[in-house]
Amino acid sequence: MLPEALPEEASHPSTSPSRKFQKVCDILAKHEHRASRLIPILQAVQEEYRYLPEEVMTYLATSLHIPPAEVYGVATFYSHFALAPKGKHVLRLCDGTACHVKRSIPILEALRSKLRVSEAKPTTDDLLFTVETVSCLGACGLAPVLVVNDQVHGQVTPEAACAIVDEIAAKETAQ
Amino acid sequence: MTTGTVITQESLTKEGLAYQSAAGGAERRLIICAGTGCVAGGALEVYSEFVRAISAAGIDVVTELRPEAPPLPGFVHVSRSGCQGFCQMGPLATVLPDGILYTRVKKGDVAEIVESTLKHGKAVERLLYVDKSAKRSCRGIAEIPFYQAQHRFVLKECGVIDPDSLPEYLAKEGYQAACRAYTRMTPQSICAEIDKAGLRGRGGGGFPTGRKWEAARAQPAGTKYVICNGDEGDPGAFMDRSVMEGNPHSVIEGMMIAARGVGASEGFVYVRAEYPLAVRRVRKAVEDAKRAGLLGQNLFGTNFSLDITVMEGAGAFVCGEETALIASIEGKRGMPAPKPPFPAQSGLWGKPTVINNVETLASVPRILNMGAESFRTLGSRTSPGTKTFALTGHVVNTGLIEVAFGATLRDIVFGVGGGVTTDDGSAMSEMKAVQIGGPSGGCLVPDHLDLSLDFDSLRGIGAMVGSGGLVVMNRDTCMVSMARFFMQFTQNESCGKCVLCREGTKQMLALLDDIIEGRATLGTLDLLEKLARTVQKGSLCGLGKTAPNPVLSMTRLFREEYLAHVVEKRCPAGRCKALLRPHVIPAKCKGCGVCIKACPTSAIRGEKRQVHVIDETLCTKCGACAKACRLGAIEGVA
Repeated sequence: MLPEALPEEASHPSTSPSRKFQKVCDILAKHEHRASRLIPILQAVQEEYRYLPEEVMTYLATSLHIPPAEVYGVATFYSHFALAPKGKHVLRLCDGTACHVKRSIPILEALRSKLRVSEAKPTTDDLLFTVETVSCLGACGLAPVLVVNDQVHGQVTPEAACAIVDEIAAKETAQ
Repeated sequence: MTTGTVITQESLTKEGLAYQSAAGGAERRLIICAGTGCVAGGALEVYSEFVRAISAAGIDVVTELRPEAPPLPGFVHVSRSGCQGFCQMGPLATVLPDGILYTRVKKGDVAEIVESTLKHGKAVERLLYVDKSAKRSCRGIAEIPFYQAQHRFVLKECGVIDPDSLPEYLAKEGYQAACRAYTRMTPQSICAEIDKAGLRGRGGGGFPTGRKWEAARAQPAGTKYVICNGDEGDPGAFMDRSVMEGNPHSVIEGMMIAARGVGASEGFVYVRAEYPLAVRRVRKAVEDAKRAGLLGQNLFGTNFSLDITVMEGAGAFVCGEETALIASIEGKRGMPAPKPPFPAQSGLWGKPTVINNVETLASVPRILNMGAESFRTLGSRTSPGTKTFALTGHVVNTGLIEVAFGATLRDIVFGVGGGVTTDDGSAMSEMKAVQIGGPSGGCLVPDHLDLSLDFDSLRGIGAMVGSGGLVVMNRDTCMVSMARFFMQFTQNESCGKCVLCREGTKQMLALLDDIIEGRATLGTLDLLEKLARTVQKGSLCGLGKTAPNPVLSMTRLFREEYLAHVVEKRCPAGRCKALLRPHVIPAKCKGCGVCIKACPTSAIRGEKRQVHVIDETLCTKCGACAKACRLGAIEGVA
């Protein structure tokens, strides 16, 4: 069995293993330890940690009585699951058909060159920004669309996208 | 509604009338569009500002109308709605009974609307939609061509009612059809009625819904499931999102009727996680319906029960395929299974399962209310009813639309859409193609403008209705790049189960890259088409079977453009960077040297007042020179 949760002030969730697993236990209990609930469980875990840490996936497999490969298989199949930590601010550029024909790619190129990231390395070294594309956000009437931390920006230009990044970066340095 | 008492046709009618009478006391109603598009434009702030400003002006404001405690007459009812359709002009605000539609409403406009419209009944001219072609401003949807040319059936209440209000749904004949289905109809008669209506699946395939239900019904009694497929993954489509956001109860009622029709007692709504608002609204609708006793045990005083669970997808396009979606609900990788057995025979956890698309289910209650006969008067003979489309791309009016089957492409692109524009929308342009059905569909060209659109006419020309994305492309669009775009999408989304889909799409992508980057020969084009037909044949599910459609349709309809790329190494639209030949037009160049200074790679040479020359080996085609040149003397750069 796992150790009980440490007091609140113990340490940051991602650095203290016992806290980390306590959260996972809560999530598992909420879903009644049912393997058929694996996807919602992984979603909840990712919500908590911003990605799926390997040791958590192994732990999930043990608790749900399924092979770790199965958990890993599901985690790698769906594009929402991230196996590496994402940046604090996630910039999701829509590259659905409508956004694409309204020239979303120059926006992507501008963001990537500004933040020095690429498709293979989507997150900045300081873990501040992640740039990713999504196939469609369903806000096609506003194409091209950029979602910054769940806030939708419509009819974006490369300049406007860079201005959004500057604004966030300025706030971060001010803190 | 009080729990514990039996819900009957009469009690539902009474609830509806109570709501109507409470709503009748409103002097005006203000509906703020709170669909994803308008929310992105700041609709929620506009909403709160309205609530604040109206009460500050000394007018009673009601945001949640409770029939059990009706407010004193003379109030203004301010509510949020789902998508009103005209996303591009958002945030939208409708004032009733005046019938005024305000577009692009900002927080700062609220005070003026309250003063002019709510206090003095006058419209604020500057916020009205201007019909540019007729050069007049339109007071409301009755005058706006975008709405006039539509037939809103499934979307009728979307954008009007408050999606979070069960009482308001009840006031629109809500759950009456479900009540009839549970108390006065047999499963056979429900399936027969839907079959008679000729309703076909709106998710893409167009399979007759009544037959699907009948197949599941005919299975031996026992555990059965109904699933609502809200995994609208097709890029460029957002109809299902809008229905789930705008009228979630209609989807739930449709599921209840389906469940009664096939004998299911458990249901799932599978919604794409990219649609957080739709997830929230459907969850709330399910909870409200449960609390009101519309879902759960002993529905409408019968022995039947139904529980509905809302599940979020995790980002896989292939999960729109029914067997893959079932695997996903079971907590597995969303990989399709061979059919037969069809889900109606053996679906979720091996039990008979009916899967219907959101729009299909939302049509069901209305069909039962109006009768199969009158439903058949809508649309075309083989495709009765209406279809919602997401009209996007290079078109004046983008948004969510609904037309009867049988409408022509011209009605949609020029009637509803208002014509084709340039890339930035600043001027009019010519239509080159319309992509219908997204990455699984095909292209329609100007020759098809007068074709009446339905499931069969589209299949006849190698396209498909698909889920209903309509992306209009102007003459500056490169059709090779578009084919590559769709191929990239399906390649990414291929689940990897079938070799031909997994490897074939990858090779097709590589062949398209060869064409775009100038390495192709005529053999490349032949190989591409041959491979496309092989992938169609050798894939298990709809994704692989239809992935080659854009390539096949585009290589056929735009043969010359493909040949220009392959033979002449030229991109007629000037979009393929590798095929650009940067050069100075001698007649226009005055030798001023501005481009020389602008070039970051020192690729331009030339004496003062002599025609300059671009060295192609150094040029990166960045376009800095063309931007700097005031004479327009440089061509062939990005």
